[in-house]
Amino acid sequence: MRRSSTFLYSMLCFGYAFLYIPILVLMVYSFNNARLATVWGGFSTRWYSALLENSQILDAALLSLEIALVSATVATGLGTLAALGLNRMGRYRGRTVFTGMIAAPLVMPEVITGLSLLLLFVSLQELTGWPGSRGANTITIAHITFSMAYVAVIVQSRLAAMDQSLEEAAMDLGGRPYAVTLDITLPLIAPAMAAGWLLSFTLSLDDLVIASFTSGAGASTLPMVIFSKVKLGVTPEINALATIIIGIVTVGVVIAGWTMLRQQRQLANQQAR
Amino acid sequence: MTMVVNPGKRDRLWRSFVIATPYLWLVLFFLVPFAIVLKISFADPTVAQPPFTPFFDWSAGAGHKILATLDNYRFLLEDQLYLVSYLKSIKIALISTVLCLLLGFPMAYAIALTPYPWRNLLLLLVILPFWTSFLLRVYAWMVMLGKQGLINNLLISIGLIDRPLQMLYTDGAVYLGIVYTYVPFMILPLYATLEKLDLDLHEAAADLGARPLHVFRDVTLPLAMPGIIAGCLLVFIPALGEFVIPALLGGLDSLMIGRTLYDEFFVNRDWPLASAVAVVLLLILILPIMLFQRLQRETDT
Repeated sequence: MRRSSTFLYSMLCFGYAFLYIPILVLMVYSFNNARLATVWGGFSTRWYSALLENSQILDAALLSLEIALVSATVATGLGTLAALGLNRMGRYRGRTVFTGMIAAPLVMPEVITGLSLLLLFVSLQELTGWPGSRGANTITIAHITFSMAYVAVIVQSRLAAMDQSLEEAAMDLGGRPYAVTLDITLPLIAPAMAAGWLLSFTLSLDDLVIASFTSGAGASTLPMVIFSKVKLGVTPEINALATIIIGIVTVGVVIAGWTMLRQQRQLANQQAR
Repeated sequence: MTMVVNPGKRDRLWRSFVIATPYLWLVLFFLVPFAIVLKISFADPTVAQPPFTPFFDWSAGAGHKILATLDNYRFLLEDQLYLVSYLKSIKIALISTVLCLLLGFPMAYAIALTPYPWRNLLLLLVILPFWTSFLLRVYAWMVMLGKQGLINNLLISIGLIDRPLQMLYTDGAVYLGIVYTYVPFMILPLYATLEKLDLDLHEAAADLGARPLHVFRDVTLPLAMPGIIAGCLLVFIPALGEFVIPALLGGLDSLMIGRTLYDEFFVNRDWPLASAVAVVLLLILILPIMLFQRLQRETDT
């Protein structure tokens, strides 16, 4: 082995250790019987039982799931429309502004997005009486807005990479644009839409800053509850919660990755034949 | 009975629907809010609900008088707190970006040299943290760095120190948290660039007698530049406005601007000042954001 590759692979090992050791430590400590992290008090699942009895955390988790489901679904619809509008609709006035508005939420600091949306909701409230009270409704709108940008980018890159000859042939044969989109384009971009939905769902579940700004007094999402607890220090129940969440996500990502690999391999096999 | 609709009209309707729906949504929930932030940053704070003076005075006799003040911006310049916050954020974001590059480049390079199918596994391991909760991963460092955390315990048990070190709630912890969170954003664009380079050739040049460092400096590095710039911007831009990491890992004096804005808004309830802080932060970010978007367009075409 060359000297340079020894260096490279030691950096790789160090990097992965850096990325994964804190998570693994957190997971191990979630089974610690002692309240303090100092001592190992033996194996125990007491923090998991405590978690299941904590109605504040459970309610927040349900609220977060609800918001994530609705916002991911609406964002996938709007984001797909936006991607079509940028990639299949030719030229129109305001297209440059549109492109900018799609790309900007991706790089906008969360504090600014959160602040600006809250000020919008307060101003709308004054002018129209809507949205009444801030909570799940306003958080959902905020999440739709930043998620749709991610969906649009993912679907757009799929649209750009796609061979347009099928759509063109369908148009030439007299297919109406909306029918061509629904019957031909949509099935082809469905995997990208699914990826966009999953990403939106995860982003919504994970968001703390924007939800804190746009929520009212009543509604607390799971990240908001977690933040208020860990701000004061290490909390064993949160260790248990983290282990559950990371476990679910890991299983999900591994299954998704494995399925994608298998599909790729099948595709490669078919092409080889 | 079927409705007879002119097909051309239906096509135009479909077209307007596809374009207008997301367009209007973004105008209402993205563009207009910025206009409001800008507007309120010129208002006076008042103890009221909402806590700022109106921009237009509609009261009888006042006419269309515009009530704008530059006081908030003047205050930003005069009060050391904000200047220090901005400078400190820029410093922390810059240093973290360099640290991410130093860690991320060798990792991306090693991944690009690894044969399939191992390469897929290594990539999956980089992407996996993207999908796990950001907040919980930052919290994991509280468990590691605390006075009774793992690292202090280890150091004490091997006798290197007798009293726990203060690691949590320091600037060092903030750097660590940012590098930890954002290094995948650095690795992925770097990998995407390096993957296309046929690194075996570069390695072969080194084997054939070219000095490895020269090959790296004269060939690999210039070719990898688009990935390096993209990765650096992807780390620098979010790190600059970061709130969660300084709030959880930083000390009371770790005044990054995201946290200052948050406190100004929620603790001091000075909405106009918070808006002015946001406007200035956006002005600082405009240059790197535009650079990033130009880079994206170039790689797209």
